[in-house]
Amino acid sequence: MSPAALSPIFSVQALSKHYGASTVVNNLSFDIAQGECLGVIGPNGAGKTTTIRMCLGLTSPDTGRITYFPGGSAAAALHMPQDAMAIKERLGIVSQFDSLDPDFSCAENLLVFGRYFGLKDAVIRQRIPKLLEFAALTHKADAKLSELSGGMKRRLSLARALVNDPQLLLLDEPTTGLDPQARHLMWERLQRLVQQGKSILLTTHFMDEAERLCNRLLVLDHGQKMAEGAPRELIAQNLESEVVEVYGAGALSLADSPLKALAARLEVSGETVFFYTHEARPLLAALADHPQLRTLHRPANLEDLFLKLTGRQIREDA
Amino acid sequence: MTERPTAPPALFRPPQISWRWLPVFRRNLLVWRKLAVPSLVGNIAEPLITLVAFGYGLGALVGQVQLNGTAVPYILFLASGSVCMSAMNAASFEALYSAFSRMQVQRTWDGIMNAPVRLDDVVFGEMLWAAFKALFTSIVILGVMLALNISHSPMLLLALPLLALIGIVFSSIALIFNALAKGYDFFTYYFTLFLTPTMFLSGVFFPREQLPGVLRLISDVLPLTAAVELIRPLFLGEWPARALLHLVVLVAYAVVGFWVALALTRKRFRN
Repeated sequence: MSPAALSPIFSVQALSKHYGASTVVNNLSFDIAQGECLGVIGPNGAGKTTTIRMCLGLTSPDTGRITYFPGGSAAAALHMPQDAMAIKERLGIVSQFDSLDPDFSCAENLLVFGRYFGLKDAVIRQRIPKLLEFAALTHKADAKLSELSGGMKRRLSLARALVNDPQLLLLDEPTTGLDPQARHLMWERLQRLVQQGKSILLTTHFMDEAERLCNRLLVLDHGQKMAEGAPRELIAQNLESEVVEVYGAGALSLADSPLKALAARLEVSGETVFFYTHEARPLLAALADHPQLRTLHRPANLEDLFLKLTGRQIREDA
Repeated sequence: MTERPTAPPALFRPPQISWRWLPVFRRNLLVWRKLAVPSLVGNIAEPLITLVAFGYGLGALVGQVQLNGTAVPYILFLASGSVCMSAMNAASFEALYSAFSRMQVQRTWDGIMNAPVRLDDVVFGEMLWAAFKALFTSIVILGVMLALNISHSPMLLLALPLLALIGIVFSSIALIFNALAKGYDFFTYYFTLFLTPTMFLSGVFFPREQLPGVLRLISDVLPLTAAVELIRPLFLGEWPARALLHLVVLVAYAVVGFWVALALTRKRFRN
């Protein structure tokens, strides 16, 4: 079943936010369907976190409409900011920085957080073993927070966001700073949530994460939507299918050589020349005459798309 | 209703308090229960040392103090004032250093507001929590005073709600400075420029009649003065004079203080 075929559970329409003269979010619209994982990717300062904060009612937008549809029902629509509390009762949030309570054990963190939703202690205590198991933290139930690794803390943050059994999760860079093992465990858990029918809005800087987890992607830059679609479709629509990276002594001179004609598009970054093409074989054959150069031939990926849409230059605030 | 700009809500709109302040209060209670004994020692050691040193040491030199025409032992005079001062200090410490840690350093408030809890409820819960700690500290100190046989007037029971009110007043005022603080250093100004003068101008250590004209006028409007004027007669088993006026002063400080603290905290969190 395609998630996009379902009615949206969350909808953002024409959202804008300015701070002084700078536009942080500019006329942004998107929907999230039930059981869909929507990824938001963009350079630092693209407006990802501000968008999430507006979705939570923590920052008030200048213009635009944010609507939550409980169970996908348009009749029961809830609007930010007037229904903020009713919406948050149905949301799970993992923010960019852990806000776990350092004075509490894992189990106490879940108990105390559940109380903020008005849940009875008995109900929360019933959920705690399942949540700890989901976070692979059963053996750490009574451990203090200082005894947890970075990955354990992020998983506890995720478990805490699930204490109210939300239908929609907003995750702001949930795997930043984690080692590969911890990231893979987090991905596996997030995929499990999507399979259970939960919807996820996820921001990330990792293209492999975006491609692996997300049904649909939103590329954001300068607060504006640059592209939207399924990861593979976006690549197919915007990029040539193959990339040949060439580097080594004299590689840069190729940018002005006849080889240029063998590629549809060419980019130079640092000491490397990127040839984008739908048919790499003639180019690879020609490159065989330059044995001192090192080449890497690979399919175009999301990172290529990201850099094409948002540019290769480093952002001032990055 | 969609594309027109929405004006942000006014900072000084009325507080929007729901029962969600209670889990905020209970969170702090749970932390405190783990650290209660060391925290208790820290909270009551200093006021008791002051009481013993000044009360018995200075008290031996001073002997008796004139209070509304009657002579009372200095230790009784000091004890009744210092319990108010302890409530003030306990509330201030909690609503400055501890609340700031939770708000800024540990990001506890950010975590709470990811759940359906308004900032208003967080600030209200923190205010009541600091007031509770002030009340608890003063009850322990009152217990020691009873054990030392400084006073055993049954009217001291009336002091309990008043000490809770003193806690509310000073935690509300402290939360104003919490909302304005960039770091912990800022609180040194509050202690040295407001709380320490308040302590000496409110009749805790010596009768306010000793103060020269201008200081006396300042003293008249300080919240701790109203608190001491209400609590001290209870130690003697008497009704406070002009009790209603002093109560109104304290309630006014509490209401205005909390309102301003809330508005400034909203401003801090608005972006």
